[in-house]
Amino acid sequence: MKDNIQALNDIFQARIDNGESIEPKDWMPEKYRKTHIRQISQHAHSEIVGMLPEGNWISRAPSLRRKVALLAKVQDEAGHGLYLYSAAETLGISRDELFDQLHTGKAKYSSIFNYPTVSWADMGAVGWLVDGAAIINQVMLTRTSFGPYARAMVKICKEESFHQRQGFEIMLTLTNGTEVQKQMAQDSLNRWWWPSLMMFGPPDAESTHTEQSMKWKIKRKTNDELRQQFIDITAPQAEFLGLTIPDPDLKWNEETKHYDFGAIDWDEFWQVVKGFGPCNKERIDARVKAWDEGAWVRDAAVAYGEKKIQKSKVA
Amino acid sequence: MNNLYTYLLMLGDNSMILGHRLSQLCGHGPNLETDIALTNISLDLYGQVRSYFQYAAKVSGNPANTEDSIAFLRYERQYLNGLLVEQPNTDFAFVILRQALFDIYHLYLLEALESSKDTQIAAIATKSIKEVKYHQRFSSSWVKRLGDGTEISHQKAQYALDTLHPYSFDLLNENAIEADMKEQGIGADLHIIKEKYQDTLKDLMVTSTLTLPDNTFAHKGGKEGVHSEHMGFILSDLQYMQRAYPNMQW
Amino acid sequence: MSKDWPLFEVFIRSKNGLEHRHMGSLHASDPEMAMENARDVYTRRQEGVSIWVVASTDITASNPKEYGELFEPAADKIYRHPTFYDLPDELKHI
Repeated sequence: MKDNIQALNDIFQARIDNGESIEPKDWMPEKYRKTHIRQISQHAHSEIVGMLPEGNWISRAPSLRRKVALLAKVQDEAGHGLYLYSAAETLGISRDELFDQLHTGKAKYSSIFNYPTVSWADMGAVGWLVDGAAIINQVMLTRTSFGPYARAMVKICKEESFHQRQGFEIMLTLTNGTEVQKQMAQDSLNRWWWPSLMMFGPPDAESTHTEQSMKWKIKRKTNDELRQQFIDITAPQAEFLGLTIPDPDLKWNEETKHYDFGAIDWDEFWQVVKGFGPCNKERIDARVKAWDEGAWVRDAAVAYGEKKIQKSKVA
Repeated sequence: MNNLYTYLLMLGDNSMILGHRLSQLCGHGPNLETDIALTNISLDLYGQVRSYFQYAAKVSGNPANTEDSIAFLRYERQYLNGLLVEQPNTDFAFVILRQALFDIYHLYLLEALESSKDTQIAAIATKSIKEVKYHQRFSSSWVKRLGDGTEISHQKAQYALDTLHPYSFDLLNENAIEADMKEQGIGADLHIIKEKYQDTLKDLMVTSTLTLPDNTFAHKGGKEGVHSEHMGFILSDLQYMQRAYPNMQW
Repeated sequence: MSKDWPLFEVFIRSKNGLEHRHMGSLHASDPEMAMENARDVYTRRQEGVSIWVVASTDITASNPKEYGELFEPAADKIYRHPTFYDLPDELKHI
């Protein structure tokens, strides 16, 4: 029996090495299934929790143009959450169970969304930095081995392409604006820069999942490689905006052809992951509230649907 | 102020304030599918707002006016939406009943405005009508689900209907501006709309097993700029950036 | 306790002349709502002109374990393909 599983495992790994996609009904190691449920649902949770910090500014958006763009963007995040939950559901877990894991704190989501959005410039910085960091990760995932996940990512990447531009345009308008707007933009960069770098996860040396994830092609680059890629892309953009990245050690290294950067405060990262970030409780409370208050609505729809079937049988 | 400008404000403000209320739900809906659907309606409404206000800026006679100055920089008494659309998102039943009452009115209004002598208004109506047909389909199907769903949903829907119904007349009763616009062939005839509205509403309530309130008590004032207490808070949100940071580009 | 909304699969025709393609899935309390939800979720960027929805439980699917018996026997029937037949190159339009 054990040999049998080992043989199946070998065939499975050979398929992945061969660049084949794994589909939901294919045989897969239990760990592959579990890892995917965990990662895809974390990703989905990040999308819908991520609606909250930006949703915070929809009603206060400063112009009609900005308002519809932001509203459409936050709505896209609901859509992306939905695509991802659907992908996870193909592995035999229901969306309700996944929500339950989120609501009880069993499941994690990206820690970045536990930071507050305290000015309009944060809508710019979140779009520019947070979406910018997310895109790097997501583009990589369009080629991941699990078919439904990869397909969801393709759709998401296509839709996300306006998100980062939306954010950068906000920043650009601010930095081309009045002194108070420039300060607002700089303050926002100061607050979002380091948390954005943390989005790529702990350094490779401490990352527990990286090796297995690379083997299954859930990941094709390590956390540190992705982080470096993000910094190399973003530093010139900050310069273009005339903003200063809050890292005195950040400078171009002619030898490595990469930016060097200062030490990341991993204590802060782990604190927030553990639940002690500025908004962890608010975020989960908001999700739980929406879900609980929606229970009678969802029940009514089910009851009505059942009545309709009954009536059509009688008729 | 000219009457056409004022009439455009009345049209645009209804869409804007309802769009605002719906946008507050983004991220807080009863599930993802419904969340997305409500935001679609909000985005449709904001699209209409921009068409109305861009046109209003043109006819206002003040070259400094823009869609944003009109949307964000008036005093409360200068906002002319009906009282119904500013009512809060008390619960999902309020959201749906408010939407259903407004959609019935809105669709008949736009059907009438399609033949407006003002070609700009007629064009906006033609575009918006497709959106609002879907809004009405969405809201009326949800009224049925809530009304004829569970006992709890029925109670909540009935309570929302009882609360909101008196606010709906405000939209339907013609004021002097609307009478003038109708005379000029620009505006809709609210007398005709009101009749159709009442018939459609009655039908919807019957199929939804809900009971329309007997009394004809009607709140009024929105179209004259006299609002409920909720309005000031809506505007403090809506206007926050423009008021706190005046004369800047965003 | 709340009951889940059932899962539906969504198929969309992107434009007339093309077939419906599987776009993804969603939850709805009945088929009509599934159709409307599909419109709201999957056609926000003009992705479609026609929608099919079907309850996921109504789909009968082949089992990957039976791949061999279901699909491999077709592999050697190369006479079903035009390239199997040797014809002189000068011949046109055949």
